[in-house]
Amino acid sequence: MSGPRLYLLVLVALLGLTGLTIYVSHLDIGPFSAPVAFAIAATKALLVMLVFMHLKESHGVLWLAALAGFFWLGILVVLTMSDVATRGVLPIPGK
Amino acid sequence: MADHAATAEHVAHQFDDAGQQKLAAELGMWIFLATEVMFFGGMILGYTMYRYLYPVAFAHGSQRLSVVIGGINTGVLLLSSFTVALSVHAARTGARRLLLAALGVTIVLGVVFLGFKAHEWRHHYHEGLVPGIHFTYAGPDAAGVGMFFWLYFALTGVHALHLTIGIGVMAVIATLAWRGRFTPAYHNPVEIAGLYWHFVDVVWIFLLPLLYLVGRHAP
Repeated sequence: MSGPRLYLLVLVALLGLTGLTIYVSHLDIGPFSAPVAFAIAATKALLVMLVFMHLKESHGVLWLAALAGFFWLGILVVLTMSDVATRGVLPIPGK
Repeated sequence: MADHAATAEHVAHQFDDAGQQKLAAELGMWIFLATEVMFFGGMILGYTMYRYLYPVAFAHGSQRLSVVIGGINTGVLLLSSFTVALSVHAARTGARRLLLAALGVTIVLGVVFLGFKAHEWRHHYHEGLVPGIHFTYAGPDAAGVGMFFWLYFALTGVHALHLTIGIGVMAVIATLAWRGRFTPAYHNPVEIAGLYWHFVDVVWIFLLPLLYLVGRHAP
């Protein structure tokens, strides 16, 4: 499937996932709230990039540029949080 | 290529053929979008850090936003991404009327999104939730709630700026389409503008849960 029919199907999926993430946010699922919300958002973003932005039929070099943005964002967040989230884990001598 | 003669007039002299020219244009846009990811990334990082440090305040801040308006606006933007995908399909197949209609609907949906956003901002101002201008939130977690709203206005403000630029770009594309500048052989500007619009949609896909859906299950 391709073209407008596929786009319509993706639109319905995106709207459904939006409803799902709003519904799930009202449930008390403890520490899983944020990961589930992120997973749904990542799925929606992937659908938009693969289908609407035609990544699935694109040259590999476009995949590389697309992945690079998220890879660098990952470095930025993971390295910073590995500092912020581990402060106070180890005792500092003399403090 | 059968349509080589038709495309040759659109191929700039530095390119071998229309295919290479299109790939170069798309690669340029994707690289720009990667830099845009990093542009929003600084604010996403600030959000992640402060939400880690002030989880309760971020939930309280988020609860002051309207899930209904946030949800409707998400639907509006997703619908506009669909119409942009349709416009690119129309450009590829040479369907000029569909191309113009899809671009027109896209622009209208973009304006509707900004209208809802402006309504929300005005509401926050009246509720005293605008740090630095009119912030009257009192309580033990006021500093954290203030930080949430700083990030909220920075993220939604920069996103709205991108959408405003997107509306302007789509207006230019629609004008060019009206003048009949695009053919199935050459319509790179439609494809490139579409990529930018979808990116603005992707940013909002992440902003919805980050800003509107924190701590919703709490009483």
